[in-house]
Amino acid sequence: MKAIDRAEVQQKINSFAEADVYLHLETTNGAYATHNDESFFSAGAYIRNALIRYEHGKIVGDGPFRVGLKLEIGWVYGEGLTHFEIDDQGRLLLAGLDFTGKLAVALQISPSPFE
Amino acid sequence: MEKERHVLVIFPHPDDEAFGVSGTIALNIENGTPVTYACLTLGEMGRNLGNPPFATRESLPKIRRQELVDAANALGIQDLRMLGLRDKTVEFEDDEELTGKISAFIDELNPSLIITFYPGYSVHPDHEATGRAVVRAVERIAPEERPKLHCVAFSNNSLAELGEPEIINDVTAVEDKKIAAIKAHRSQTESMVATWAEKMQSQDPAMLTWIRKERFWPYKWKR
Ligand SMILES: [Zn+2]
Repeated sequence: MKAIDRAEVQQKINSFAEADVYLHLETTNGAYATHNDESFFSAGAYIRNALIRYEHGKIVGDGPFRVGLKLEIGWVYGEGLTHFEIDDQGRLLLAGLDFTGKLAVALQISPSPFE
Repeated sequence: MEKERHVLVIFPHPDDEAFGVSGTIALNIENGTPVTYACLTLGEMGRNLGNPPFATRESLPKIRRQELVDAANALGIQDLRMLGLRDKTVEFEDDEELTGKISAFIDELNPSLIITFYPGYSVHPDHEATGRAVVRAVERIAPEERPKLHCVAFSNNSLAELGEPEIINDVTAVEDKKIAAIKAHRSQTESMVATWAEKMQSQDPAMLTWIRKERFWPYKWKR
């Protein structure tokens, strides 16, 4: 992964519009957050291989970036995105890494199911 | 340390064995005792990807699988089993099915000692679910026939509630293998290991104790 190139990511988002795609969406602060700091309220969520179809999508911001995908009857949203890769399977992998290199958010779109 | 017939180690994540148990594993192997390590997931949801990143969410499991193999080799583990569950989902698996998988290992290997996490005292939901499943499987064996069950506990309340660990293994003799196993899980441990050099240089006593003394609580059976 490298630092997000907004134009390249936007182009890839456009290429998946109006098609059935698989989504991995995740936010996390780690399972040890409360163990390390008992005053910390730990929360996170992920969904893997949600089958979606979006009308259009956008990447916005100056970094960290936000991504929104407009579905026929809903939305997909992610913020705090810093890095990306278009991998050898044509998937768009977006991640938000904190200053120590720990994943805080992931938003990934694939034409085929994630394994 | 007692001589064992076979040791079965069951943890959910690659690297769970490294910090608290790898010295005990290496000592058993040097004693000629076969050790089986059953690792339930590949730590797919690990957070450390580096900045600049060395991995993606999708490549991390492949990296951690190799690290697990490297760590097992460093310790001399001949029998490494990967169960193919997914990180952070162990507690949502069907309890009976998971118990059955562990019972099958016990039936096949007839271990004299099983090592896992102490349910209630191991922080991560996957650790807890793994410990519970192992306890359920061993509980089904008649008390006089049960293998020993030694648990790792590290939650903040473990000393207060479980008391001092009953078993403390001095693993100084296999310290190098232990450090090699920790280093093998590079994606997880590299930044931590980087902070060691100075402490090792000065023979920092807290650091040496942390590496050399492995602590276990035998599971307290209700019956
Ligand atoms: Zn773990």
